[in-house]
Amino acid sequence: MTEVKAKDIVKPENLAYKKSKILTDNVMHYCPGCGHGTVHRVLAEVIEEEDLQSKTVGISPVGCSVLMYNYLDIDIQEAAHGRAPALATAVKRLLPDRFVFTYQGDGDLAAIGTAETIHTCNRGENILMIFINNGIYGMTGGQMAPTTLIGMKSSTSPYGRDVATMGSPIKMADIVALLPGTCYVTRQSVNTAAGVRKLKKALKKAVEYQRDKRGTCFIEIVSNCPSGWKMTPVESNKWMEENMFPFYPLGDIKVPKDS
Amino acid sequence: MAKIKGAVIIDTERCKGCEVCVVTCPTQTLALAVEVNGKGYHYSYAAFPETCIGCANCAVVCPDGVITVYKLKVE
Repeated sequence: MTEVKAKDIVKPENLAYKKSKILTDNVMHYCPGCGHGTVHRVLAEVIEEEDLQSKTVGISPVGCSVLMYNYLDIDIQEAAHGRAPALATAVKRLLPDRFVFTYQGDGDLAAIGTAETIHTCNRGENILMIFINNGIYGMTGGQMAPTTLIGMKSSTSPYGRDVATMGSPIKMADIVALLPGTCYVTRQSVNTAAGVRKLKKALKKAVEYQRDKRGTCFIEIVSNCPSGWKMTPVESNKWMEENMFPFYPLGDIKVPKDS
Repeated sequence: MAKIKGAVIIDTERCKGCEVCVVTCPTQTLALAVEVNGKGYHYSYAAFPETCIGCANCAVVCPDGVITVYKLKVE
């Protein structure tokens, strides 16, 4: 076997992986190791592979991902805090041929926007809702969110979340799966390469269901917040596997009956 | 026997040194550099490029999309 030099391998015909062109070259403002960047990249890949760049309208939330329009080269509309599903409903009804998705964090989707989330899913609007669940309000300094785990410390629950005074964490994916309007509800993660590949498959399914007008697709992504949790990215991924996954188990919660 | 050889190209200026790729690499090819980039992060680099198998796991988990992977089948 002859010795192979790096310059022989680095040729366009040997390309194994390159980020999608839809993901712009702007440096993301996200903290090192944040799951948002990974989800943006996978979303960009799916939009490129499905050839939807000119037919997609994204709705960005209020939260860390509020500046999503800087990183994805598609049409994006900003919504008021929590109102992304309401705006997505309007966009989809006015432009039914577009692929419409919302991208929301847990403070946006599960706290201030609970009513919009539940009613949009109940009406079965043909949109995709991407829900990034990191159990904390990341942008504003790590306050307790509705999805914060029991006993988890945050800047507004410094002794840990206490059920007697603060209630229990809310499982949004399980709640919307009970509604008749939802077609596909799943929970994924982006901490491992296998998880990212599964998420990509889930997104592709959601695109297909939206094309077939099957109802609301809801993809929850259990993510990390290294800054909010006060850990390194690698520690936060490990912590997430040990603590978040037992409460938020990964996998499909609702799939269409004929698939 | 055919063998797959890989190579990674990392945009070190955009790398934030989160170390997720280093942990994910099945062959321990990647490591964080002792030096820092323009933003002050210890960027990721291919410390042992000859062990790379081009599986692209590092690029798939990279939150900032800075890794490009090439692979070649060597007879």
